[in-house]
Amino acid sequence: MPNIPSSPLLPEQASDVARSVDHLMLFALSGLVIFSALIAALVLVFMIRYRRTHEGQVGEDIYETNPKSHVLEIVWSVIPLGLLLILFGWGTRVFFEQNRPPAGAAQYWVTGRQWMWKIQHPNGRREINELHVPMGQAVQLRMISEDVIHDFFVPAFRVHVDVLPTRYTTYWFKANRTGEFHLFCGQYCGTEHSKMVGKVVVMEPRAYEAWLANEPAAGAVPAVASGEQLFVAKSCNTCHRPDSSARAPVLNGLFGTQVTLQDGTKVTANEDYVRESILNPGAKIVQGYQPVMPTFKGQVTEEELIQLVNYVKTLKAPDGGAAEARK
Amino acid sequence: MSVETHGASDLAHHFDSYEQQKESATLGMWTFLVTEILFFGGLFAAYSLYRSLYPEAFRAASHTLDIRLGALNTAVLIGSSLTMALAVRGGQIGKPKVTFGMLLATLALGSTFLGVKAIEYADKFHHHHVPGALFHFEGPDAVHAQLFFSLYFGMTGLHALHMIIGVAILAGMLRPALRGAWTPRNHNFLEGMGLYWHFVDLVWIFLFPLLYLIGRHH
Amino acid sequence: MTTSPNPAPSLEAPRTHYLNAAYGLRSWLFTRDHKRIALLYLVSVSVFFALGGLMAVLIRMELATPDGDLFQPDIYNRLFTMHGVLMIFFFLIPGIPAVLGNFLIPLMIGAKDLAFPRINLLSWYLYTAGGLFTLWALLHGGVDTGWTFYTPLSTNYVNTSVLTVGVGIFIAGFSSILTGLNFVITIHRMRAPGLTWFRLPLFVWGHYATSIIQILGTPVIAITILMIAAERTLHIGFFDPKLGGDPVLFQHLFWFYSHPAVYIMILPAMGVVSELVATFARKPIFGYRFVAFASIGIAVLGFLVWGHHMFVAGESIYAGVVFSVLSMLVAVPSAIKVFNWTATLYKGSISWDTPMLYALGFIGLFTIGGLTGVMLATLGIDAHVHDTYFIIAHFHYIMVGGAIMGYLGGLHFWWPKITGRLYPVFWSKLSALVIFIGFNVTFFPQFILGYLGMPRRYHSYPPEFQVLNVMSSAGATVLGLGYLMPLVYFVWSMRYGPRATANPWGATGLEWQTTSPPPVENFTVRPVVTAPPYTYASAPAGKEAADVG
Repeated sequence: MPNIPSSPLLPEQASDVARSVDHLMLFALSGLVIFSALIAALVLVFMIRYRRTHEGQVGEDIYETNPKSHVLEIVWSVIPLGLLLILFGWGTRVFFEQNRPPAGAAQYWVTGRQWMWKIQHPNGRREINELHVPMGQAVQLRMISEDVIHDFFVPAFRVHVDVLPTRYTTYWFKANRTGEFHLFCGQYCGTEHSKMVGKVVVMEPRAYEAWLANEPAAGAVPAVASGEQLFVAKSCNTCHRPDSSARAPVLNGLFGTQVTLQDGTKVTANEDYVRESILNPGAKIVQGYQPVMPTFKGQVTEEELIQLVNYVKTLKAPDGGAAEARK
Repeated sequence: MSVETHGASDLAHHFDSYEQQKESATLGMWTFLVTEILFFGGLFAAYSLYRSLYPEAFRAASHTLDIRLGALNTAVLIGSSLTMALAVRGGQIGKPKVTFGMLLATLALGSTFLGVKAIEYADKFHHHHVPGALFHFEGPDAVHAQLFFSLYFGMTGLHALHMIIGVAILAGMLRPALRGAWTPRNHNFLEGMGLYWHFVDLVWIFLFPLLYLIGRHH
Repeated sequence: MTTSPNPAPSLEAPRTHYLNAAYGLRSWLFTRDHKRIALLYLVSVSVFFALGGLMAVLIRMELATPDGDLFQPDIYNRLFTMHGVLMIFFFLIPGIPAVLGNFLIPLMIGAKDLAFPRINLLSWYLYTAGGLFTLWALLHGGVDTGWTFYTPLSTNYVNTSVLTVGVGIFIAGFSSILTGLNFVITIHRMRAPGLTWFRLPLFVWGHYATSIIQILGTPVIAITILMIAAERTLHIGFFDPKLGGDPVLFQHLFWFYSHPAVYIMILPAMGVVSELVATFARKPIFGYRFVAFASIGIAVLGFLVWGHHMFVAGESIYAGVVFSVLSMLVAVPSAIKVFNWTATLYKGSISWDTPMLYALGFIGLFTIGGLTGVMLATLGIDAHVHDTYFIIAHFHYIMVGGAIMGYLGGLHFWWPKITGRLYPVFWSKLSALVIFIGFNVTFFPQFILGYLGMPRRYHSYPPEFQVLNVMSSAGATVLGLGYLMPLVYFVWSMRYGPRATANPWGATGLEWQTTSPPPVENFTVRPVVTAPPYTYASAPAGKEAADVG
């Protein structure tokens, strides 16, 4: 069972980001309390103090008679505006913290589908509806959906990120305490939406290693290795070879570079680009090549795509020497 | 918008003057056209987004449209705007026969437009360029070419629907026109219809370059 | 508003007024009188409110226990979807404009009717047709996509009556557009002599701002529904990833309307509250022009903030930053209104009549709803509470605590004008109190639930959330009882309530210068306006009402 929150008002803080969010919330909350208490107090005091005492009594129009009225209005427009901008700035800072993984984060892959989470560890180990991670290590999840829009939500980390069927989105956290934490689907996704839940298990790094080692041998093929097998099985290698007679762009050293397309525009060869080029090769034709590649839509699953993308990422430029041995 | 003008007296009971009635009708029609702009706006937004994402596919798909038929239809519609303006003029100066004749001409031109559009649509069916299970497109990026045709049918279809409604209203206006229903004092309905027709014409003036012309030089 | 009705018309209850000028069903179904059309709307929106409320009760019953043990999940999903659809499209959006606005705008500006009476009737028929489509879909199992209809779930993955409900909303949308159009033209062209823009009651300003949104926003949701329908039935791809589309585009188009739609609900309520505060403090609204322009400001800025619904939807974080700061800006005119209402109370002559209690409830609940909205506009907080119960609590504070309190406050205020009858004072004050308490008990715990991480639209939930959910469900019972009370005493008062005088509250405003209920043509003598609104200092003050207790 996931831990029961230690405080009735706050979910557990299991990352530094969570603490940042709580501080921000506390600031916003104190603003809320002060302003609503002020309004409530003024309203109640005026209601009693200026209660109508006899019929025929009318109120006093202080606006027209007092030349300072406009000043007052400007004051109560500008002060809230200033406070709002502070809140905006602070909130934006925290948001960047929530959305920008540090360099060197371990990369996990998440596939969402109606109604389960499929997770793959960097070493290839897979789990369903559970994510085991080591404490103190930055973890980056690259997420995609096989069907509708889902959303990866762990209250203890204070972040939501939608999981889209069109491209990869990123979720990251660095857990700072061990324990089990709720994992929810945060975007309504159909009948069993409320069953698309699981848990994140944060372990001591050593315990995590032990847990990984405990894996039955069959499943633990790293994504890169299974990607390489797929690359051959789907015959990608017949055209995408690092030799001059190949009919298709060389993939070695491709990842992360700028690719020039037929119409002269440039795109970055990132994970989304590789995935799109497998599913819909005609969408972005590389300059100097013919649109001859068939689509693999319907022939590879999202998980297989993840493996292929991972493999393509590892292909080093020919001068690096690593890739030449292959094929 | 000036449907209020029919009845025994052509000044509705809740207006103080013909001037107020006319101003209300005109402002009402303009406001209605603003809603129409936003109605088309959703499709234009989708078009702009997808065109910027998949310029190559859109260019290739756009090439299959018949630019001559598109240009012919543009000329037909501009002509119909002229006859519509003359019909309104006929109402303003109290010449029912002019109004009748020009409405008839507008009706004919509008129907011509729809006829040409039908020919184009038939051609799309013939070439399997209609999105759906039977869609087929020779080109590298058939998926996004299909998206172009979705938008093509969405935008021209919505436009054609406005044309059909316009033509139906025009047909209903012929008899009243001959009867002299629109006088220099009160021709609000005629004028409102004129605004509507010009608006539909204007939409096409945007659709034609967006769908047929952009990227043609490649 | 001071007027010079010359010669002074009789303000005795008239023998013939709009209610008894004609009898029979036909006289109602074919009426072009804005006052009768307002009553047609009153009856129909009440039906939808009751249905939507019934679903809310069932939802709260299910959530009283963590396990989904009362309904199957697909039933529960239909319940919250239909609750949202009925409440938003068929109660909150038409609510104040089509009932109170319809009845009052011509009266307030000294006109005989709206500019286009037949179109006004057409609006009601369109609304009814849209409602019938939706009810028909309800009988066929309803929809389980959530009222937001996110693609590709709504287009490819559910086989419930998406199309029928879509058609219903599409038709009702045109009713909303036509109402807005009618109001704009009427306010521009039909004002009484001397009634300049800055002599208009703030209720009219609020409705003018609302109408702008109805005119500019609603067509976008209409075309979006058509695109969904084309995708669902003809497989013409617009949003479907399998057909090359982008489902997030749908969210942009949807929220381009549906965020401003929130202001369709709240701006008229703000207009009502301005009237109530001025009337029951017997003095002009502090900073009339500021409050008037704040309405327009909210309407305009409201169109620039839709992206704050998509902070975590894969939108670029820089787009998020822009939408966040714009959303902060829209809070300023709302804050101005709250401060100006509060300042109006200062040195007022305040009576604690029922409508005023509702207005105060509005101010309190709207303040909390607005400030939690500011939290949601804050990127770092939204990334955590997005699509949790925090959101649910926030928008119920705005829509139920704000819009419905305003609606009920307005109904209590103008009921004597509409029906010519008074309602029991004690029961009505009690209802305001019960609703206020019930509302807070229902929705305040949901803020905490949301921050704790309970996602919305969950049929079952982890057991540690139960205590707060039980509180919420208990509060909903109180709230439900609170809403039943006005229904009972309003119906009672139509037959048994004491007769109201022309101006039972001693209010300014042209609608109080004619009889209760007003004659068919609204005024026996065309009013001429010579002063700004709410000039109580020179008006003959004093209640003429004989209250009943």
